[in-house]
Amino acid sequence: MSGLIGKKIGMTSIFDEAGNHIAVTVVEVEPNVVTQIKTEENDGYQALQLSSFYRKEKNTSKALVGHFAKANTESKKYVVEFRDFMPDGVKLGDELRAEDVLAEGSTVDVVGTSKGKGFQGVVKRHGFSGVGGRTHGQHNRERAPGSIGMASDPARVFKGIKMGGRTGNERVKHKNSVVVKILPESNLVLIRGSVPGPIGRMVQIHNRAK
Amino acid sequence: MNKLDLVEQTQVNTEVQQVNPGDTVNIHYRVREGEKERIQQYEGVVINVRGSGANKTFTVRKISNNVGVERIFPYYSPFIAKLEIKKRGKIRRAKLFYLRELRGKAARLKDKARP
Repeated sequence: MSGLIGKKIGMTSIFDEAGNHIAVTVVEVEPNVVTQIKTEENDGYQALQLSSFYRKEKNTSKALVGHFAKANTESKKYVVEFRDFMPDGVKLGDELRAEDVLAEGSTVDVVGTSKGKGFQGVVKRHGFSGVGGRTHGQHNRERAPGSIGMASDPARVFKGIKMGGRTGNERVKHKNSVVVKILPESNLVLIRGSVPGPIGRMVQIHNRAK
Repeated sequence: MNKLDLVEQTQVNTEVQQVNPGDTVNIHYRVREGEKERIQQYEGVVINVRGSGANKTFTVRKISNNVGVERIFPYYSPFIAKLEIKKRGKIRRAKLFYLRELRGKAARLKDKARP
């Protein structure tokens, strides 16, 4: 599965070739550096480790600085492994650019960490519909979960019952997005529709397996 | 430069004719019907211009069969084949929503004095 590391820049809209006005998310894909090549003999599986986005060396752990030095590159912020991704003749320290890996019009999956929503109730978190109307004497249960179990027989609440709690800030894969446009000179990729996470957060763009 | 602006900038066609609120415009809009394409004309007063980049739009109001009709066009839409400005009205505000309340003679705009 080939892919790249990018950073969400924000949303805007453009006109495509047919003249349709479509919403796009702008993702910055700086050239990704190959920092490790995992092989069948050595690691038991094939993978390519990519790194992207500059980070000051003083903010990077010594172990990672050494790791980047092996690939002869400066310190990077994000390190991600892509399994079974082996372009021909790839070497340590190679730079992969958006136009090398992605194609305009191709379908991709975008993986990111969603926006954190804090502590949320069951209506937002699990899509419960609440307890119905406001009338018939009901006064304070509009967004309540309803019953969470039986009576004195189990005399406890089962594990895994959906309740309120921390929401968002989790890994999300947005499937079947379309790459609308690639701007190689400014390292930008335009993806149709939305992409998980807030502006400035790292996202991974995966080519869909054929 | 801000990277988002970089993308938005590419969508701005500087050759498009400027449209301002208060203008009476005739728009030749290309309409797709199945395979065929034809031109549809729409004439009215611009009552609103909003947004920026590809997201910039303007609203054109006209009275059709005694019913007020408003249509929103993307400012830089490639579907606008031709845009004629029939009149430039003299106005004192950017949004002419008050025209919705007015009918007939009261809903006219004075011509802008030419500079």
